[in-house]
Amino acid sequence: MTATTDAPAAQIGQARLRKEDAKLITGQTNWTDNIKLPGMLHIAFLRSPYAHAKITRVDVSAALEQPGVVAAFCGADFGAEQGSLPCAWPVTPDIVIPPHPPMAVDEVRYVGEVVAAVVARDRYAAADALNSIDVDYEPLPPVLDIRAALAEDSPRVHDAGNKSYEWVFANGDTDAAFRDAAVVVERDYRQQRLIPCAMEPRAVVAQWIADEVTLWSATQIPHVLRFALSAFFGIPEHNVRVIAPDVGGGFGSKLQVTAEEVLSVLIGRKIGKPVKWTESRTEGNLTVHHGRDQWQRIRIAADSDGRIRGLSVDLLADMGAYLMLVTPGVPLLGAFMFPAIYKMDAYSFRCTGIFTTKMPTDAYRGAGRPEATFAIERIMDELAVELGMEPLELRERNWIKHEEFPYTTICGLTYDSGNYEAATAKAKELFDYDGLREEQRQRNERGDKVRLGIGISTFTEMCGLAPSRVLGSLSYGAGGWEHASVRMLPTGKVEVVTGSSAHGQGHETAWSQIVADQLGVPFEDIRVLHGDTQISPKGMDTYGSRSLAVGGLAVVQACDKVVAKAKVIAAAMLEASADDLEFSAGRFAVKGDPEASKTIQEIALATFAAHALPDGIEPSLDSEATYDPDNFSFPHGTHLCATEVDTETGFVKIRSYVAVDDVGVVVNPLIVEGQVHGGIAQGIAQALYEEGVYDDEGNLITATLADYLVPSAADLPSYRTERTETRASNRLGVKGVGEAGTIASTPAVVNAIVDALRPFGVSDITMPCTPERVWRAIQSSATQSGGTA
Amino acid sequence: MTQITVTVDGVKYVDQVEPRLLLVHYLREFVGKTGTPVGCDTSNCGACTVLMDGQSVKSCSVLAVQADGSDVTTIEGLANGELHPVQRAFHAEHALQCGYCTPGMILAATDLLRDNPHPTEEEIRDGLEGNLCRCTGYENIVRAVKRAAEAGVAP
Repeated sequence: MTATTDAPAAQIGQARLRKEDAKLITGQTNWTDNIKLPGMLHIAFLRSPYAHAKITRVDVSAALEQPGVVAAFCGADFGAEQGSLPCAWPVTPDIVIPPHPPMAVDEVRYVGEVVAAVVARDRYAAADALNSIDVDYEPLPPVLDIRAALAEDSPRVHDAGNKSYEWVFANGDTDAAFRDAAVVVERDYRQQRLIPCAMEPRAVVAQWIADEVTLWSATQIPHVLRFALSAFFGIPEHNVRVIAPDVGGGFGSKLQVTAEEVLSVLIGRKIGKPVKWTESRTEGNLTVHHGRDQWQRIRIAADSDGRIRGLSVDLLADMGAYLMLVTPGVPLLGAFMFPAIYKMDAYSFRCTGIFTTKMPTDAYRGAGRPEATFAIERIMDELAVELGMEPLELRERNWIKHEEFPYTTICGLTYDSGNYEAATAKAKELFDYDGLREEQRQRNERGDKVRLGIGISTFTEMCGLAPSRVLGSLSYGAGGWEHASVRMLPTGKVEVVTGSSAHGQGHETAWSQIVADQLGVPFEDIRVLHGDTQISPKGMDTYGSRSLAVGGLAVVQACDKVVAKAKVIAAAMLEASADDLEFSAGRFAVKGDPEASKTIQEIALATFAAHALPDGIEPSLDSEATYDPDNFSFPHGTHLCATEVDTETGFVKIRSYVAVDDVGVVVNPLIVEGQVHGGIAQGIAQALYEEGVYDDEGNLITATLADYLVPSAADLPSYRTERTETRASNRLGVKGVGEAGTIASTPAVVNAIVDALRPFGVSDITMPCTPERVWRAIQSSATQSGGTA
Repeated sequence: MTQITVTVDGVKYVDQVEPRLLLVHYLREFVGKTGTPVGCDTSNCGACTVLMDGQSVKSCSVLAVQADGSDVTTIEGLANGELHPVQRAFHAEHALQCGYCTPGMILAATDLLRDNPHPTEEEIRDGLEGNLCRCTGYENIVRAVKRAAEAGVAP
């Protein structure tokens, strides 16, 4: 038998069941809130009930008298020590980045901002004692509407005013494109405020031993957090260890350096005891950073045959009260995505970041790209109506043809691969597009009270964040590389250390599949380690669908180094020249003499013994690699949604949903499909259900899951998912899948609802498209046109 | 303080508790059953679901004193030497990602199948309405419950 015939089947591409599940289905998990340390105390935070107020006095003395209370603090107790929470993305040279103390000292700027803390023996005692803290506030006027916040007479959130920055991008002669075009369509779209609602609430444990601190946190970014604690809060980096144990979902919301993390570390140092804080869901809805919240004005110019000439976008983006880790950069991630898959002559983009007295916004699943995709895919439908064209035909007329890749877009991005024709053809077939169009026609003809609508979203996104030099050119404060190391243990088992920090993505399984193929060792013999800066000292963590396209490539690069080292040792063991060896399926064999071979496990053991290594070869096969991508990756796909809209009640039912995604080479189809399902659900949630609402005084009135409608199984449809595949230009050919579903599905759903109601003259409905809003849209259009369809 | 006697995953516990103590905090802090997580404070999410005398309850909505004399099964006690069919089905169908909702979802599904051993897709979706998942979009959870139903969950 030769090495090729008994080679194990490639692991990449197989639907391996997840290694992660064993502990998760039996309750053997290690959530941060599970941690109990000897002598551990509990923190409770007192939060501002005002959207905007001066703090004139804080008195914590009565809290100290309460049973079990060990300490209590107000903002002034921290002085300069508490510094300012960092913003890592100063997008323009003149951006306004106001000071953001973790605990407010003299002014609060959103409901929920921390104003005091109690430390007590248990969480009940700590919560009880909050009632004994006295705070005097002098209320100030709230600032709630970004459309009014830049007016001269608007109250100010910060002394520097309500504008944080204006960022512009332009390429081509937009004025000429609009002047000469046969058709111009302009729309205003609203991206409502969203609350991420990862199922695991945030939790923090901080323990100081002498001058070293260990911080356990439900975070996506242990490495970034360690750096931030050191760079911005003066704790020497080598004295900080951050551990992200099991983390229950993030969706961007745990991509943050939070007030509660910093304060737990500072409080732990002050009292010399380990401390824990676990948020309630209400605290979470109030103070986990929110997502979206933009007003979008989008204009598109086209020839009468549908060819797009120009696109112009003017965004107002609600920053909330402060700039957090990447707050101002989120709209920029969208800036390059408005032109999407379409060719055009000119594009201009402007974004104004505006302060309000609300919870800061920041990255939430898709971060900028769902907003952009929504606007372009919505206005493509409007343009199609204006031109009297079939919306898919309009898209096809403008999209980049498969033979045109690699293609440099009007934004200067080079899309390396894709095939929009293939994905769309497959989606149309699975969806029975023509059949549904016919049914729609019939329902309209007979005046059915339940109308059918078809929504299209032919989306792309940029992920695999990111080439470090591109991030540098956009003024981002860090690189976009990822780190990995691979350790061959003496018995032939393998430890893989990754800088990616999974919180549900299944890296332990997927990375094992990659390493199994690269090293030819069994999937079961591989363990993946992550999420602890002492075990995995280098990393850029998990967000922006970057883990596989960046972290996975770092793992491949580390495997290469192991194989290169092993080859030299194998050559010595086989008394052959390294040049004469081939490596396949975990075995080095002499070319032309497959019997003369050594497995990588044999080499690992021989390297451990180190009895007969060639001169100058160190006794280790271990390796480290840091991978910086050359380009983003560009997953794409075609999502089609059919909705039935009850015109008497406004109720929307998703009748069918088809998603055909091209995420490049698939490592594990089970995991990819799961990511697509969950992503679609989150996008549907934006379209139909969710909105973070503040009242006129700046109180969040959606602070619980009773008020903020995260959909259940009963609220969502079944999805039909398929794939097409074009290879990305990286070695694995992978693109990333974490955000695709969310980016694609929101416009697919809203386009379907509007499509159903076109006969009534409806051309837009503000999200979330609740029954009331749908019903009102029908009524007001009927009133305007003086009749019904 | 009130004395309660509760059997949790087959072990009897006698404890003095404050009357306001929630069952979920009793399970987590007193008994060490940290497999049961807390996801909200309004009994909407269902992450803390356990079986109390065989019926699924949200343990954040039950006081520990109300569980006096009860037999509670948490996710840690569901497997009986080998994984429960619902646990196996969740693994086989990739019905979990981050896994935070999973203990509650598995126990709610177990109770659903006890009431209705052969549910339709709609009955599964309606039956799990009180349990939220942010990762899976529910597709594979529904498949897992169907699979468990086909395998038969009767002990």
